Amino acid sequence: MANYKLDITKEHCPMTFVKTKIELSKLKSGDTLEVLLTEGEPLENIPRSSTEQGFKVLSISAAAVQGTHIVVIEK
Amino acid sequence: MRVTEKIKITKIMATTEIKLDPNTKKLSLIGFSGDFDKLVAVFTLATGAAAVGYEVNLFFTFWGLDGIKIKQGRSPVGKGFLPKVFGVFMGGLKSAPVSRLNFGGISPKIFRHLMRKNNVATLEELVEAAKVLGINFYACEMAMHILGIQKSDLIPEVKEVLGVASFLKIADGGQTLFI
Repeated sequence: MANYKLDITKEHCPMTFVKTKIELSKLKSGDTLEVLLTEGEPLENIPRSSTEQGFKVLSISAAAVQGTHIVVIEK
Repeated sequence: MRVTEKIKITKIMATTEIKLDPNTKKLSLIGFSGDFDKLVAVFTLATGAAAVGYEVNLFFTFWGLDGIKIKQGRSPVGKGFLPKVFGVFMGGLKSAPVSRLNFGGISPKIFRHLMRKNNVATLEELVEAAKVLGINFYACEMAMHILGIQKSDLIPEVKEVLGVASFLKIADGGQTLFI
């Protein structure tokens, strides 16, 4: 069960979820992806669209830098 | 974003293949315009929709064909004198003008600079992302016929050259937008 990390704090729409989607497509069942993102559009869209596509959002927590969050997604 | 990071991401994107679930929502876009800003809109909508699970179909016609030619840059692509002349005028993604306030070609350069400065994906990155995300590229038969362009002049990702009826069949059941 591998854990991968993705930092999209410097990205903007649509690349935020484009890059997330590309990383998620590489996961095998049971793998997780930790996405570091900013609040606003990424925080609203990434968890929702991941769930819609059948992934499981395990947790959303505040990250070290203010305004950023970590979303852990499992396949 | 540093050059090394960009190259890394492009390499990852080039080696990744994305498979779609058959029960997906559908978005079809008619890429009529060859303008820089409108092509950015086409590819932003396309990649964004594909990234949230839509099946996306792109139908390039007329000026839009300029964005998907293999030979980017000004070159006399096309059969016949007049099409070749237009081939030179239509220089692909790099020389696409903006739809208004082009100011003799300065504006696309200004917009590219602003996009890079704000770390927004460039038009070329969006086109690459579209290929990686498995978006379906189609080309309009009629426009290609007039401009004397062959399928071999277009990028290999173009699945088929279609007419209106075939495209409408593909787009049926989803949303269709004209850009």
